[in-house]
Amino acid sequence: MDLELFLQQLANAISLGSLYALLAIGYTMVYGILRLINFAHGDIFMFGTYMAFYMMTSFMLPWGAAFIIAIILTIAFGVLVEKAAYKPLRNSPRMSIMISAIGASFLIENLAIVVFGGRPKSLPVPDLFNRIIHIGNVSVVSITFITPIITMVALAILMFIVNKTKTGMAMRAVSKDYEAARLMGIDVNFIITFTFAIGSALAAIGGIMWGLKYPSLLPLMGVMPGLKCFIAAVIGGIGDIRGAVIGGFILGLIEIMLIAVFPELTGYRDAFAFVLLIVILLVKPTGIMGKNIAEKV
Amino acid sequence: MLRVENLNVHYGGIHALRGITLDVEEGKIISLIGANGAGKSTTLRTIMGLEKPSKGKIIYNGKEITGKQTKEIVKSNLVLVPEGRRVFTNLSVIENLILGSYIRNDAKEIQKDLDWVFELFPILKSRQEQKAGTMSGGEQQMLAVGRALMTKPKLLMMDEPSLGLAPLIVKNIIEIIKKINQEGVTILLIEQNAKASLEISDYAYVLETGEVFMEGKGMDLLNNEEVKKAYLGT
Ligand SMILES: Nc1ncnc2c1ncn2[C@@H]1O[C@H](COP(=O)(O)OP(=O)(O)OP(=O)(O)O)[C@@H](O)[C@H]1O
Ligand SMILES: [Mg+2]
Repeated sequence: MDLELFLQQLANAISLGSLYALLAIGYTMVYGILRLINFAHGDIFMFGTYMAFYMMTSFMLPWGAAFIIAIILTIAFGVLVEKAAYKPLRNSPRMSIMISAIGASFLIENLAIVVFGGRPKSLPVPDLFNRIIHIGNVSVVSITFITPIITMVALAILMFIVNKTKTGMAMRAVSKDYEAARLMGIDVNFIITFTFAIGSALAAIGGIMWGLKYPSLLPLMGVMPGLKCFIAAVIGGIGDIRGAVIGGFILGLIEIMLIAVFPELTGYRDAFAFVLLIVILLVKPTGIMGKNIAEKV
Repeated sequence: MLRVENLNVHYGGIHALRGITLDVEEGKIISLIGANGAGKSTTLRTIMGLEKPSKGKIIYNGKEITGKQTKEIVKSNLVLVPEGRRVFTNLSVIENLILGSYIRNDAKEIQKDLDWVFELFPILKSRQEQKAGTMSGGEQQMLAVGRALMTKPKLLMMDEPSLGLAPLIVKNIIEIIKKINQEGVTILLIEQNAKASLEISDYAYVLETGEVFMEGKGMDLLNNEEVKKAYLGT
């Protein structure tokens, strides 16, 4: 592989890694607070992309407004999923909630087939995201650069909320001890809702950028990215936000680079993530950032 | 200030509280003592809205708070330091304290209370950035009390604050409870160390299998033969 091709693929890898990171954060945050794998998260991502599509095509909104409204609608949708599928089961055994999560995911996917239609829809890609940028002999589509930038901004905002605000502290407190959090006057249900809202916003941002890069939308488009990003979250150490970001980038990097080096493996592209999952579970089941140290209680 | 009337609590088939009645007068230190499983923690947890009573009333400052959400109860300046400290081990000391003031918006007063907590527990001041989970048991207990004080309680309830602490630290905690009380905070205290708690209590209740078995002034109970035999080991 020559240097130019390598640089081109590196840009692709970073771009894909950012998308994975955005989606993986949603899994890890919800797991951190509810000890639940939100199987519907990939479908929330799909929902965000479709909302952007409808805002731009049916409502003819300029793309900026379309994207913002799509993000807001996706937040509302994610919160609705939590209220409908998870909240009523707050005190039920873990297994019931997990089955409810799987059910919610199937329900959304099938509703999407009925409501959005099973045929691919094509997201109009505004010029800004579709320009070919030449650097030396390397040429890359502009969305490839825009994606990591948007991701970094979103991550910076997220880190600020989680680490510096009272609500962020409350999120971390709730993830440790519901009851002690309640005793501080923290509204645990509000914090859970807030967590879903953040996860859904990131999923919508990821979904829209995904659509701008791969503009063919399908009701099941969230399934494979959802699975992979769940794996990314596990690789990074589920429950840890930095871990999800690292896991997302690792996955994106390995996926792109492996195909670049061994083009004959392209058909197995989606399988790498699962191989990686198995390896991690064997070597370090708590993930890269996972803690093994017992805490004093 | 606080009145609990005929409080009954069931855990499934277990009848844990069988009609507890008690009164907490403003400005005083009140103790609950009793054997393991007598229902002391359950009483305080139910007052805080963490358990739902099957019967009975809880009246705080003239208002019934039975069955209210914990959030509302904390907002009315009533707080519990739970059994086993329960500090947020994944957060730093200062973050734990800030969360104590979660429901408050009076930044100036919050800062004052923080200074007060640091004055009571200087160790917390020098360890602000340390993760609470890496603090020693005694330090975590101080943090748990400090965190509760940051809610600006008028009535502070403490569930076995000296559990598992060395005798010297227990003495220290008892002194601090007295100090907090002198600042005008009413105290409702559960203590395994019956002697130490009766000594500082204005009034005390002895619980046994979910009922108030005896009550009286701290000093009177200290000298009571039955209490001596059962709880003071003399
Ligand atoms: N969550 C629960 N589920 C079932 N039973 C419970 C629960 N919590 C407490 N109990 C029971 O209720 C009774 C009272 O318990 P409680 O914790 O109030 O006692 P305690 O006086 O605080 O005891 P200790 O001194 O050991 O802390 C006990 O018999 C206990 O087993
Ligand atoms: Mg107890």
